[in-house]
Amino acid sequence: MKFFKPDQYVIYYKGYPKLYIRVKPIFWWLKKWSSFFFILREMTSLAVGFYAIVLILMINAINQGPEAYAEFQTWLKSPISMALHLLALALALYHSITWFNLAPKAMVIQIGTNKVPGFIISGLNYGAWVALSALLGWFLLN
Amino acid sequence: MSSKITLEVFRYNPENDEEPSFQSYEVPCNKDWVILDALNYIKDDLDGTLSYRWSCRMGVCGSCGMMINNEPILTCAAFLKDYLPGPIRIEPLDHFPVVKDLIIEMSDFVEKLKRVKPWIIREEEPSLSEGGYNQTPAQLAAYKQYSMCINCMLCYSACPVYGLEPEFLGPAAIALAQRYNYDNRDQGKKERENVISQDDGIWQCTFVGECSAVCPKNVDPAGAIQRYKVESTTNWWKSVLMPWGNK
Repeated sequence: MKFFKPDQYVIYYKGYPKLYIRVKPIFWWLKKWSSFFFILREMTSLAVGFYAIVLILMINAINQGPEAYAEFQTWLKSPISMALHLLALALALYHSITWFNLAPKAMVIQIGTNKVPGFIISGLNYGAWVALSALLGWFLLN
Repeated sequence: MSSKITLEVFRYNPENDEEPSFQSYEVPCNKDWVILDALNYIKDDLDGTLSYRWSCRMGVCGSCGMMINNEPILTCAAFLKDYLPGPIRIEPLDHFPVVKDLIIEMSDFVEKLKRVKPWIIREEEPSLSEGGYNQTPAQLAAYKQYSMCINCMLCYSACPVYGLEPEFLGPAAIALAQRYNYDNRDQGKKERENVISQDDGIWQCTFVGECSAVCPKNVDPAGAIQRYKVESTTNWWKSVLMPWGNK
């Protein structure tokens, strides 16, 4: 067992030769909502990965010519693709929102003896997100 | 309001048991009793064989942490009446080997704590004529929060990463390293970096955040770890982009 190395704790091992070691069950993350939401946040990386593959396939289709690109576009409009895109969007939003909410933990700014309240830090992050999205949207739509 | 509440207590006697079991005790549900009071009642009046750790009864010593209904909590700070109608399930702190009943083997944590050198490291002591170790309120505020840690290990029990990857240095050890890193009297940041910036240090942390949620002293170990990640990454980029700036 990786956890307890008897040779490292010789004194303790002699005193307590029969420790009981509990093993974490595979589905430990189903026992608490907080654990489940954490694993869900980790799983959002799959959605990001999926979208990276979509982009690679799209570049590949463009590279192969107009016909292949038209075919790819038909696939993009298929119900399966639409469903996957909606799921990816939902997961990406979940990831972004939890990320911005956690930002104050990593970014602590002290002014005098006081720390800048967390909502200001996350608020600035949200603000930058909206501003950059608007800028990107403006570029794409013009 | 019922005047009794049932406690389901984890029992394991290394001399006789191969597997642990749960034993139920019915205790008076007095409105001013915490779970630790109920355990003391069991020990004194019902079953003297029950083993558990406790000392101060007031959230300072950090000895009485246990899993209460699957949540790590200081039993001196958990009122029985808040768990009505019961039963209350009491287990030893998660992720640690069990010595007997509710007592865990903590040497893994103690060894990790020692590894981060949680003390003030100085190249040389400042002389009193220079002002000694005077600190401004702002310098104190920079680390005070992390100095509140009482080594109760609730954060290790809450951390699924520690449960799955026992080599992880863990929340409290890193928070206490930060307590000294942010102390202006300390000069040991570089020495600690070798321990903390490793895979088994901050980079095992996936920011579950549970350590900060259960901390009875609002130390916020999760925050301490993320701040170190930011700093460590910044330092790495600096060393890559400006190799001459290191000295």
